[in-house]
Amino acid sequence: TDVHFVYWMLAPAYHLILEGILILWIIRLLFSKTYKLQERSDLTPKEKEELIEEWQPEPLVPPVSKDHPALNYTLFLYFCSPPSHKIIVNGKECINFASFNFLGLLDNERVKNAAQASLRKYGVGTCGPRGFYGTFDVHLELEDRLAKFMRTEESIIYSYGFATIASAIPAYSKRGDIVFVDEAACFAIQKGLQASRSNIKLFKHNDVADLEQLLKEQEIEDQKNPRKARVTRRFILVEGLYMNTGDICPLPELIKLKYKYKVRIFLEESLSFGVLGEYGRGVTEHFGVNVDDIDLISANMENSLASIGGFCCGRSFVIDHQRLSGQGYCFSASLPPLLAAAAIEALNIMEENPDIFQILREKCKRIHKALQRIPGLIVVGDLFSPALHLQLEETSGSRENDMKLLKRIVDYCMNRSIALTQARYLEKEEKCLPPPSIRVVVTVEQTEEELDKAASIIREAAQSILN
Amino acid sequence: VCKNGISNGGLYKRPFNEHFEQAPMYVAVLTYLGFGVGTIFGYVRDFLRACGLERCNLAAEREEQKDFVPLYQDFENFYTRNLYMRIRDNWNRPICSVPGPQFDLMERVTDDFNWTFRFTGRTIKDVINMGSYNYLGFAETEANALKTVADVLQNYGTGVCSTRQEMGNLDKHVELENLVAQFLDVEAAMVFGMGFATNSMNIPSLVGKGCLILSDELNHTSLVLGARLSGATIRIFKHNNMQSLEKLLRDAVAYGQPRSRRAWKKILILVEGIYSMEGSIVRLPEIVALKKRYKAYLYLDEAHSIGAVGPTGRGVVEYFGMNPEDVDVLMGTFTKSFGAAGGYIAGKKELVDFLRTHSHSAIYATSMCPPVAEQIIRAMKCVMGLDGTTQGLQRVHQLGENTRYFRRRLHELGFIVYGNDDSPVVPLLLYMPGKIGAFARHMLTKNIGVVVVGFPATPIAESRARFCVSAAHTREMLDTVRTADVLVKLTSDTSVGLDVSAWIQTQMED
Repeated sequence: TDVHFVYWMLAPAYHLILEGILILWIIRLLFSKTYKLQERSDLTPKEKEELIEEWQPEPLVPPVSKDHPALNYTLFLYFCSPPSHKIIVNGKECINFASFNFLGLLDNERVKNAAQASLRKYGVGTCGPRGFYGTFDVHLELEDRLAKFMRTEESIIYSYGFATIASAIPAYSKRGDIVFVDEAACFAIQKGLQASRSNIKLFKHNDVADLEQLLKEQEIEDQKNPRKARVTRRFILVEGLYMNTGDICPLPELIKLKYKYKVRIFLEESLSFGVLGEYGRGVTEHFGVNVDDIDLISANMENSLASIGGFCCGRSFVIDHQRLSGQGYCFSASLPPLLAAAAIEALNIMEENPDIFQILREKCKRIHKALQRIPGLIVVGDLFSPALHLQLEETSGSRENDMKLLKRIVDYCMNRSIALTQARYLEKEEKCLPPPSIRVVVTVEQTEEELDKAASIIREAAQSILN
Repeated sequence: VCKNGISNGGLYKRPFNEHFEQAPMYVAVLTYLGFGVGTIFGYVRDFLRACGLERCNLAAEREEQKDFVPLYQDFENFYTRNLYMRIRDNWNRPICSVPGPQFDLMERVTDDFNWTFRFTGRTIKDVINMGSYNYLGFAETEANALKTVADVLQNYGTGVCSTRQEMGNLDKHVELENLVAQFLDVEAAMVFGMGFATNSMNIPSLVGKGCLILSDELNHTSLVLGARLSGATIRIFKHNNMQSLEKLLRDAVAYGQPRSRRAWKKILILVEGIYSMEGSIVRLPEIVALKKRYKAYLYLDEAHSIGAVGPTGRGVVEYFGMNPEDVDVLMGTFTKSFGAAGGYIAGKKELVDFLRTHSHSAIYATSMCPPVAEQIIRAMKCVMGLDGTTQGLQRVHQLGENTRYFRRRLHELGFIVYGNDDSPVVPLLLYMPGKIGAFARHMLTKNIGVVVVGFPATPIAESRARFCVSAAHTREMLDTVRTADVLVKLTSDTSVGLDVSAWIQTQMED
């Protein structure tokens, strides 16, 4: 220690002074008040009260114009017939070209009798979700029958068609996953994607080349960050028959892309279930594709099966997951048993009469041909799509005016006993808003005379109104 | 211990009694220990399965897709594989009769510890139903009662095949909507085909970006989903805690949107009438006072409370003696008290007109099916007395009596029961994970069907059994359930969710 003291004394004076100043500075900094970058200046309570007094919120809902078509509903004032083949619109009996009753099962006696029997046994509601005594034997039977019909391992039913795909997508695709979806996807799919918070990549409608381009770009991205790519799930989401355009998706090419780029396919078959395919099994049967190649098929039972609700089918590995993570399944009451019984009976009818699908396709072809070359209107949809759109050939520039023109055509047809409707969309919320159109729906119950009559009346209407 | 803040007694016209007792410390410790043991066993089993020493019963990915990115993360399913699977037989129990006060269960056995089930073909008859939401007892099959429903089914069929705005607007819907508006004493109402979807499709129409949603901590998934889909900013206040809500409101109005400081466009408060997992009733008078002061809007989800509380079954608004006009958006479902399916939103005419034109459900989803609409019409007419009888009112009174009786008896036994004294949802705390399965299975052997809930529907240490009292339950049924509970208590080593002092007191009284 004596040696150290000597060295300390030998240090130059300026050195000691400098270090002394530094030490004092450090002590000062340690004890001085810190500056806080305050996020908000503190308001005094009086200022807060003033702000609270001044603030005026917007009204809860904006005013709606009284002549919005939805407020002057087409009311069905009938008491003794369902909205099936013939309906009474404002007192006038019309042929129904607007309800998605493709197989004509809405009015079927067998279906109604099955529902009546179920009503007598189970009452109406199930009073609980599936997990808490809301599972009835009819639900299990319906799931079994649907799985057998679609030739998959398992199926799961939901109590509402919209909720089916909107709950199925977020169950598998989470934040950070990538979904390649067609532009013309329906609103339910859009809501499902929004709920899933995944990255959405839109590809042009039915354009496989565009999809492949997007997949290639994604592959390049993956190579930059392989660790992330190993845990990012990818999905392609398409519809069998698109509701907004009436087209069929190019399924075989999509399956090739699936194996090439290792992407899973989810197929939404609301319009094609019970319509396409030799036995009505949908677009997989139509193209002769192995149904196991599709990871998930989702459909609603509200079109061909003339019931309410929806189902998803596929392999148990995929479907079983929804029993705990499908929100519309776990947190909602189950399907009323009478509707499930009606769906089972409708399935029976479909299985017993496989020729109705061919008949339906013939009728679709017939009306498709008959509606060609109407001046001013173009037919949008495939040859055997039962849900067609009629769009204006030349748009007037404003959507409102287009819709008014189409309304006049619809009213003209309605006055001559053909019930049609305009396709309705939520204009501000759709990702890719389709142009205004009239929906024409073909069902198995319409006779050929009726189809021809409808086509000629539409032609007359277009000629008189659009020229 | 009242964990929902201090209540402002001056605003209430009736006593408001809620209980949320804390468990004794040793119960909490044992609960966490139980979960710890379960987790360790889970890891051991996973290891054995990976080694091949234990058979793996899980469904597997296809051979052709083994090199795809895995569909599920292993860890996500840990809880399902190892904890849920062991007691899975207590949920999804299939029934084969009407879900009335008693029902028939299909007997289900498992040969491989709950991985697969098989039906023996026998039915367990006349099991007392404490699990279905059948508050007013309208889940019935009496031919007279269902006559109009059968007629409508014969006339209209089952489906509708179109949306409300296209071809699916039937006279039954209009009739039902007028009736609902009359029932709730509001200007107009609109009905939808699914209760869950009513929330998730209409909240996004009402609020959007630039709006603020103040949502209760324990709101139902449908409200949370609707709030998320709307794109508005969401802030959560503590369950039924008015101080927490007021603080959020003050800060929101005074400080505006974060970072940009602009004023909020609208503030919407989302609450439920009765919370289904807690059994608590919303503090409506205080919330209405707050909403008026801070000019916010109130969205009340009466899924469980419509028909179940209130002197004539009109819900929490009537229960507190308040004016329905004070609540901006009255929402509810028909599944619970009316024995049907679907939901409604009611309020001022402008609101309902707006929803008719802008609701996602009116444009894209199929409308309610006619027989279900008729069931709601007949049930509502019964409750309102429009069918000429006092049966509806009797049911409401019976439900109130049954609720109070059942809750009182359970309290006397010393169980910890959450919630308000008047709520027909009665959660009985079990806490320990082992008890979840044991309680449900034991009750089934006594021919009583109960619902048990654990994580993730409830906080991890607060698993519970939830009883749903119904107007159709007779006193004998409730006594049977109570006796079974006593037996459960006496046969278990550590009493189920016991409040020690009350138990000693009851013992001393006996």
